[in-house]
Amino acid sequence: MSAQALVNEGALRRNRRVKRLGGLGLWLNPLVAYFFLWAPILVLVLFSFNQSKSVASFTGFTLQWYSNILNNVVGAESAFSTELMLNAFRNSLFVGTIATAIATVLGAMIALAMARGSFPGKRLLDGLLFLPVVIPEITQAISLAIFFKVAFDWMHLLSGERMFPGFHTIIMAHVTFNISYVAIVVRARLADMDPTLEEAASDLGANPWQTFWRVTFPLILPGVVAGALLAFTLSLDDFVITFFTSGVGTTTLPVFVYGLLKLTVTPEVNAISTIMMLLSTFLVGISLALQGRGASQS
Amino acid sequence: MPTALWLLVFFVLPLVIVLVVSLMSRGRGGVAQLPLTLQHYERTFGVFSIILWRSLGLAGLTTVICLLVGYPLAFFISTRRRRIVQQVALFLVILPFWTNFLIRTYAWRILLGDEGTINGVLRALSIISEPLQLLNTQFAVLVGLVYGFLPFMVLPIFASVERFNFRYVDAARDLGANETRTFLRVVLPLTMPGVLAGCALVFIPSVGAFVTPDLLGGTKGLMIGNLINNQFGGSGNMPLGSALSIVMMGVVMLSLLVYVFGNRRQTGA
Repeated sequence: MSAQALVNEGALRRNRRVKRLGGLGLWLNPLVAYFFLWAPILVLVLFSFNQSKSVASFTGFTLQWYSNILNNVVGAESAFSTELMLNAFRNSLFVGTIATAIATVLGAMIALAMARGSFPGKRLLDGLLFLPVVIPEITQAISLAIFFKVAFDWMHLLSGERMFPGFHTIIMAHVTFNISYVAIVVRARLADMDPTLEEAASDLGANPWQTFWRVTFPLILPGVVAGALLAFTLSLDDFVITFFTSGVGTTTLPVFVYGLLKLTVTPEVNAISTIMMLLSTFLVGISLALQGRGASQS
Repeated sequence: MPTALWLLVFFVLPLVIVLVVSLMSRGRGGVAQLPLTLQHYERTFGVFSIILWRSLGLAGLTTVICLLVGYPLAFFISTRRRRIVQQVALFLVILPFWTNFLIRTYAWRILLGDEGTINGVLRALSIISEPLQLLNTQFAVLVGLVYGFLPFMVLPIFASVERFNFRYVDAARDLGANETRTFLRVVLPLTMPGVLAGCALVFIPSVGAFVTPDLLGGTKGLMIGNLINNQFGGSGNMPLGSALSIVMMGVVMLSLLVYVFGNRRQTGA
């Protein structure tokens, strides 16, 4: 029997076993699970086109709610305005860009230090780096909120100057939770890298600076880019930590959306949600395509 | 080390401040003041213990349901023989989660509301005459949590199943083990790292959930995260919020310890 036939036979048997192992449940489970995952989203999209304001039954197709958003006429009682939403989106982009830049540099630095250096407290730092990823957002959010309050109170006492939360506090908070994510992604890349390349460079007479910029950096660049994209996405998406660290006039898009969702179920909110879903799917699609290209080039 | 310094100032120091504030008295406007007191911890384990237990219960139940749904699902995805089918199956799990968490949670308000889609359909079919109260219940919170965190269970288990060599199943069968035995003695132990990671990744954010109970739970589904949030408004109590937060951190640390210990036993065995 040829090797290929053996493999095929193994695959066939494997499949038979698995079918018997899980039985009917294994077939029913994915159906139910996929339905569960997709039904809410499809319903949301469907009712953004519903003629009636109700979400109990679909009465007919309309683009009314989308045009209401564009024309700024969303229910008199709600605080919605297209201008406010766009402003919140700009705030999100602003915060995301700066926080990503800082977090990427800091995260890549610590990833390099962890991978190449040996220093006292390395294991402790390893744990510390891991914690912001796992602790619940609300704990980090309120600890930052209290921290900023205490820090501002002290500054007031010492200098007489009153400071308030705003973009600076949101950015500092976002950098803090993003560092860990960037570090994780860059470390994974460094772990895949062949360390003998750096040794070869120094054997050939490159100094550490040249070795880093000519060898290490180009090799980890895809990891750094992927880490930055992840940080940017997380920053744009974050609600809880931003909610607790933002001030007046620094509403980001998620905080703005939260305000809308808290009001009531209106068809316009469904339409906005649908637009945002399309937008984020589009953005993540682009970033995945970029990462895929980065990975295949190297 | 600028990064380590940053984490010390913006991560460790704030947690230390929370610990200190949790031991102080409530001053005017809910801010912290001296003298030191343990009263907030007494209240956390006293009047608020019902919410503490509810949070733990809901998080535990969420983890169990995610495991029961996610484990077979991960197997289903991993055992697709054609690569493209497998990728689509995986993609269909991940794709909904590119949408903002707030919007995904809000979608359940549409489904579960008194005038919502589920009640609408049930009434149209004359199964019920009065709307069922689905929204603003613990049930709604549970559904929202499972929905929010299911991929965190599926993905690590999927990674484990991908590494699993199915010839072990054949070997176990050849050696006379029945299906149950094969599963319990071979398949489950070898995919345990994924199960443990998945459970930790679901349980920890569920305990600390704030958005889900806030949008779906109403007063009946209030969780510890909402209680903490309430302490930071106008009539709040910052030291109490801090104490609640410290207790939550304790729960999280405990579950991380269980995870690390369980993982070590698995890999050591």
